Amino acid sequence: MLGLKKKDFNLLMVVVALSLFAPLILNIFPKESAFAFFNGGYPDLMQRFAIFGIFAIGFNILFGLTGYLSFGHAAFLGVGSYAAVWMFKLLGYNVLPGLILSVVVAGLLSVVIGFVSLRRSGIYFSILTLAFAQMMYSIAYSDLFGRWLGITLTNGETGLQVYNNDPQILMGANSSTVPHIFGLEMSSRLTLPVGPWEFVFPVGYYFCAIFLVISFYLSIRIFRSPFGLMLRAVKSNNQRMTYTGLNPRPYTLAAFIISGMYAGLAGGLLASMDPLAGAERMYWTESGAVVIMTVLGGVGTLIGPVLGAGTIKYMENIISKMNEKLLHEWFSFLPESLEKAMVWCASWFTGEGWHMTQGVVFMLVIIFLPGGLVEGSEKLTKRRKGKSADDAATKQPAE
Amino acid sequence: MSEFILQILNGLDKGSAYALIALGLTLIFGTLGVVNFAHGALFMIGAFCSVTLSRILNASYETVDPTQKDFLGNPLKVKSSYMESWFGPEVGGAITDWSVPLAILFSIPIMIIVGIAMERGLIKHFYKRPHADQILVTFGLAIILQELVRGFYGANPIQTPAPEALSSVAQLGGSLGLDIVYPAWRMVYFFFSLAVIGGVFAFLRYTTFGMVVRAGMADRETVGLMGINIDRRFTVMFAIAAVVAGWAGVMYAPINAPNYHMGMDFLVLSFVVVVVGGMGSLPGAVAAGFLLGILESFASWERFKIFDGLDQIIIYLVAIIILLTRPRGLMGKKGVMED
Repeated sequence: MLGLKKKDFNLLMVVVALSLFAPLILNIFPKESAFAFFNGGYPDLMQRFAIFGIFAIGFNILFGLTGYLSFGHAAFLGVGSYAAVWMFKLLGYNVLPGLILSVVVAGLLSVVIGFVSLRRSGIYFSILTLAFAQMMYSIAYSDLFGRWLGITLTNGETGLQVYNNDPQILMGANSSTVPHIFGLEMSSRLTLPVGPWEFVFPVGYYFCAIFLVISFYLSIRIFRSPFGLMLRAVKSNNQRMTYTGLNPRPYTLAAFIISGMYAGLAGGLLASMDPLAGAERMYWTESGAVVIMTVLGGVGTLIGPVLGAGTIKYMENIISKMNEKLLHEWFSFLPESLEKAMVWCASWFTGEGWHMTQGVVFMLVIIFLPGGLVEGSEKLTKRRKGKSADDAATKQPAE
Repeated sequence: MSEFILQILNGLDKGSAYALIALGLTLIFGTLGVVNFAHGALFMIGAFCSVTLSRILNASYETVDPTQKDFLGNPLKVKSSYMESWFGPEVGGAITDWSVPLAILFSIPIMIIVGIAMERGLIKHFYKRPHADQILVTFGLAIILQELVRGFYGANPIQTPAPEALSSVAQLGGSLGLDIVYPAWRMVYFFFSLAVIGGVFAFLRYTTFGMVVRAGMADRETVGLMGINIDRRFTVMFAIAAVVAGWAGVMYAPINAPNYHMGMDFLVLSFVVVVVGGMGSLPGAVAAGFLLGILESFASWERFKIFDGLDQIIIYLVAIIILLTRPRGLMGKKGVMED
C-alpha cells in the first residue's frame, strides 16, 4: 500500500497511530494523581516531539544511510526558523509561506555547505560542518549580514520576532494575530475532561504531526529506493563504489540537501508554534543534541530517530521540571539524613542538572548499545525467542 | 608600526592557547588515533585547578576581636587567612598572591590522574570503534565534565587574578622607538606556552621514550612486534597531552575568568586549528594555532576592518578555504589520516 511493503506499511501505521493518540497516551495518569507529573501530554512538549522527530528523521537520512556525521545541522534548523519568522513579518501569520520558505532557504544553504564539506570525508567532514555551523551561529548572533546590508536580519542577541509595525501585507483587518493555517490558530486546543483525566488536543501539535507522518513516509520511500541503496553503498565502501564507475558525490550531496531541508522544515515549524527565532538554536551543542537523538533511537533504522527524539525531549522536559522541593517530597518517606543525601544525589541529575543526565545516558548508549533503542529491543526479543527455542529443544524427549 | 606589532601581540595570547590545546589534540590523535572531543574539558579543568588553588590558599578563619567594635557596636569579627597566620604576613601574602603560577604544580597530579582515568577507563575501549563513535562518546564525556564543574563552582565566571607583580602593563620596545603598552601577564602566557611547546618537542626528539613514541606514531604494529609495550607509552602521552591542556587552562585563568563552558568554546576552534595545521602534524598544529590567533586579532583591527564582525568568522573562513585548497592542511603529510 502507498508503494510500501507490508512491514514498512505497518511501521508507518504505528507512527500514524502514535501521533494520532499521543495526547491520550502521554496523559495516562489522572490529572490529580501523584504521577500526573510524568504526563507529557501538554501542547508544548508534544509539538517538540513531532518537530524534533522530523529533525532527527532528516539527520538519519544523512548519517544513517551514508555514514557522514554532520556536526552542523543546527544551522539549518536556525535558518529555517529565521526564514519562517521573516515570512510572518512580511506577509502575515499564515504559516504556509513561512514553511515553504524555510525549506527552500535551508535547502539552498545545504547546497552550499554540502558542496564544500562533502569534498572531504570522515572526521574532516564533521569538522567542516562544525566550522560552517559555528560560522552561521556567529553571523546570526551578531547579525553580520544584516549589518553588512544595513538592515536588521537576525536581530542579533535579542532574537527575531514580529512587531506591530511590520508590513504583514497579507494580513486582513480581522485576521488572527498568532500563527495560523487559513484561520485555524496553532495555539487553539480542544480540552476533553474524561472522569479524572484531562486530555488536550492542540491544533499546533496535529499540524506538526501531519508533517511528521509525511516526513516519515518519505524517509521510508528513500530508504527503500535505489537511491537509498546507493547511499548505503557510500557507507559500506566508498572506494568500491568509485571503482564500479559510480560517482558517490552527487548521491551524498543529495542526501545532505534532503536532510538539510528536513531540518529547515523543523525550524520553520518551531517558529510556527512560537513566532520567535534566536541564534542559540544554531549553537553547535544543538547539532550535538540531534546526533544524540538519532544515536539513542538507532542510527540507520526507520523508527529509531522518532523514538530517540521523543525520549530525549520527554526526559529534557520532565527532568528539568524536577526541582529540589519536589525531590524532598518524593524522598520524604526516608529518615532525614538519608533523605538529604538522596536529594543531594538526585539534584545533580535533575532540574538544571538535566544536561548531566543527557551526557550520562548518551555515554551509556554509545558504550553498551551502539545500535540504540531499536537494536536493544531487537536483542531482547531475540534473546527471549532464543530462550524459548532452547526450552523447546530441551523439552524434546531424549531417545 | 607599533600598532602593527600590538596586533600581533594581541593575537599571541589566544594563539598560544589554541596552539597548546591543538598540540595536545594532535598528540592524542597521532598516537592513539582517537578524536577527543573532551579535550576542551581538560583545558577547563586546568583553569578550575587554578580557581581551586586560589580558593584553598585564600581560605580564612574568623576571630572575634574584642578591642574593636563594628558599626552596630558588636565585637568586630576579623578574617585572617591561614597562609598569613602560618607563614607570617609577608610570605603568606606572597603565597596567596602567586596562587596561579603555583597552580601549575598543583594541576600536574590532577591532570595526570584525570588523563589516565580517561584513557584507561573509557577511550581505551574505543580504539577499534569508528571515528564517529569516538567523537560521540567523548562529546558525552565533555558534557558530563562540564556539568560537574558547573555543579561545584556555579555558572558564573570566577575572577582569578594574576600575581600583582605580573598584572600590570608592560612598556615594550622603548629602545626601538616604539610605544607599546601590553598586559604583562599575556607576555608571561606567551613565553610559558613557548616553553611548554619546546619542552614537548624536546621530549619527543631527544629522549628514548620520545623516540619510541614517534616510532609508534609512524608504525604502531612494527614497534609492538619488537616487544615494546606501546600501549603503556601511549597512555603516558595521553597524560602528557592532558597536562599540556591543563596548563593552558591554568595560565589562561587570569586572562579570561573561567566559566564552565570555556572548554566547549575553545574546543571547536582548536579542532579547526588542528585541521588547518594538518591532522597528525605537531608543528602544523602549533603554527596554525599562532597563525589563526594572530589572524583573528588582525581581523578585529580597525584599519583592516573590511566589514563589522569579521574577527568572529575569519577563523572559520580561513579554515574552509585552506581545507578546500590544501585538503591535508598546512603541514599535513600524505597518507596520514586521509579519512
